[in-house]
Amino acid sequence: MSTFDNPFDPNRRLRAGGCSCGQHVSEAEHQAAQLQIQSATESEQKRYEGVVASAVMRAMFPQDVARRAFLKSVGAATAVAAVSQFFPLRTATEAFAQGGPLEKKDLKVGFIPITCATPIIMAAPMGFYAKNGLNVEVIKTAGWAVIRDKTINKEYDAAHMLSPMPLAITMGAGSNPLPYTMPAVENINGQAITLAMKHKDRRDPKSWKGFKFAVPFDYSMHNYLLRYYLAEHGIDPDTDVQIRAVPPPEMVANLRADNIDGFLGPDPMNQRAVFDGAGFIHILTKDIWEGHPCCAFAASKEFITAMPNTYGALLKSIIEATAFAHKAENRKQIAEAIAPANYLNQPQIVLEQILTGTFADGLGNIVKQPNRVDFDPFPWQSFAVWIMTQMKRWGQIKGDIDYAGIASQVYLATDATRLMKDAGLTPPTTTTKSFSVMGKTFDPAKPEEYLASFKIRKAS
Amino acid sequence: MTSSLRFRAAVVSIVLFAAFLGIWHLATRGTGATAAMSPEYAKLMGLTATQGKSAMPGPADVGAKLWEHLRQPFYDNGPNDKGLGIQLGYSIARVGLGYFLAVIVAIPLGFLIGMSPLISKAIDPFIQILKPISPLAWMPLALYTIKDSSISAIFVIFICSVWPMLLNTAFGVAAVRKEWINVARTLEVGTVRRAFTVILPAAAPTILTGMRISIGIAWLVIVAAEMLVGGTGIGYFVWNEWNNLSITNVIIAILLIGIVGMLLDQILARFTRMVTFPE
Repeated sequence: MSTFDNPFDPNRRLRAGGCSCGQHVSEAEHQAAQLQIQSATESEQKRYEGVVASAVMRAMFPQDVARRAFLKSVGAATAVAAVSQFFPLRTATEAFAQGGPLEKKDLKVGFIPITCATPIIMAAPMGFYAKNGLNVEVIKTAGWAVIRDKTINKEYDAAHMLSPMPLAITMGAGSNPLPYTMPAVENINGQAITLAMKHKDRRDPKSWKGFKFAVPFDYSMHNYLLRYYLAEHGIDPDTDVQIRAVPPPEMVANLRADNIDGFLGPDPMNQRAVFDGAGFIHILTKDIWEGHPCCAFAASKEFITAMPNTYGALLKSIIEATAFAHKAENRKQIAEAIAPANYLNQPQIVLEQILTGTFADGLGNIVKQPNRVDFDPFPWQSFAVWIMTQMKRWGQIKGDIDYAGIASQVYLATDATRLMKDAGLTPPTTTTKSFSVMGKTFDPAKPEEYLASFKIRKAS
Repeated sequence: MTSSLRFRAAVVSIVLFAAFLGIWHLATRGTGATAAMSPEYAKLMGLTATQGKSAMPGPADVGAKLWEHLRQPFYDNGPNDKGLGIQLGYSIARVGLGYFLAVIVAIPLGFLIGMSPLISKAIDPFIQILKPISPLAWMPLALYTIKDSSISAIFVIFICSVWPMLLNTAFGVAAVRKEWINVARTLEVGTVRRAFTVILPAAAPTILTGMRISIGIAWLVIVAAEMLVGGTGIGYFVWNEWNNLSITNVIIAILLIGIVGMLLDQILARFTRMVTFPE
């Protein structure tokens, strides 16, 4: 269930394929039709209400099945009324929408030029920051470590990061421990495994022994997903293949130079490899884990406590931008907005293929996958727990880990939670959900059992 | 005789350059093999994939792009997209500032070391250890302690330009002919006056040679430092264009880096000639 879906709809489809009302081929079409029915301009108030209600509903019913059963038995209208009994939706919405005076208006936000940063970037040219009274400069940054350092230095007020990074930084894996927070996920899905053209007949991962792969960073979903995918096919990622950390543009160049066999990298580099004829898309990461988180919007704990209103306005801009980017019909417009040299600096046709999900796969086919990349800000703490199980699986962290504790410390639940506290309320604390990765269900309450169930893992 | 040599050298240079351009053009012409694909699919692909265009740009591509940059060197489209003139300006300003600070520190200190054998011996071990450290190795430390990336870049320029100047100044000062100093002493010239009227002019060529080495190193380092730190400057431009996989722009940047480096070196070389004296 996406943050932007109506949580009071018991008939809401939970899986991809077809739409929720059953009359359209895809969810995207359904939404487009809905949009025509609804007034073209949704009132802002209503949107905030939706976001807040969604967060509350999600918190009360972390399991979709339970939510459904509840809604079916009492009906949506009664459900809203019942929820309002326990939690004043209107007050929280107002608190969320208004906020106090801004402590600081000129902000700097760092980003890495990849499509994962779309909401952070597009919020500047499309005016989402300005709407919330902020003057935000989005600054292209030379690498993940630099982003980390510049946020610590306070040159940046907030930044685009990989979703495992705030966890790694907080736990001190690969750097000194420092309390970091991740108030929003930037994008879900949106990566792919790209292989060199010469391997177009070797699509079975079991035959990939000896391959050389590249991922952008050790503490990245790219690394964990690639390792997971290989291990599920019986390839030990530590001994059977080589996985290197390589900056994304060098992935394409190395692929062309025959120096690596493939990579699991961020877009636009997968599509760029296809565009330049250097490789083909073997599998989208959404087919490994539908709805996996990728990049994140991160801020230091200090920024949040020192400038709560500014932080609130910034997060609101990001959430609004994410909501805009979530809608399929806006994607072409976004591609146009972020293609110039000031932002991603890529051919527009490449970005369009990624964002609209109608793309050339490099083998001569035009593939249609509307949610090849999607945008959903809710920082599920179970995502954090999964990431930590993989960090432990591959020896990045050791010993006993307080999975739930770290997850709740770093993956801040929606801003609604914070604003609820400000309003003197007791926010719900359940922010986990179960999901499955390559058909294997993950129970966030039992991380160690999950970890023990893998045959291939680093001996520690 | 000399003018004819110069003329012949110029001709050879031009021939070499033309040959280089010709080979470059032929090598990047592309195979021309048009891949068979549906027009709908071809629309989604780049020229390399559809028309067999070489992945490396040819001299004509680079020339056209260079002309585009030169026509508009100072445009400013926000924090991430500025004209090449502005980027070069940032780099030169950083180099200038770091280098100027190095001059302020290195020349007086070099004088002191050169004039006093005691201090020279005492400081020598530190210089020997600090001198061979790659300037970029200081970068993470600078970022971490200074907490400002543009000051860090200036600091790195400072630290890399200080050693050649310091050593050359010390050497130049220590190597001033004893007779000259003795003459000054017989004439009862004071220490300060002796330093300025006798030692400085005598050591100036060596000092300027050190400064010339330093500016070369500083210009080498700034590109790498800006690639690491990002933000502005020609090094950042290279990084940014590499991200875009635009080899054309990377080649243009390399060309401009070379030209600016040569100009900086020539300026210092001219100064060196001005202070050099026949013995």
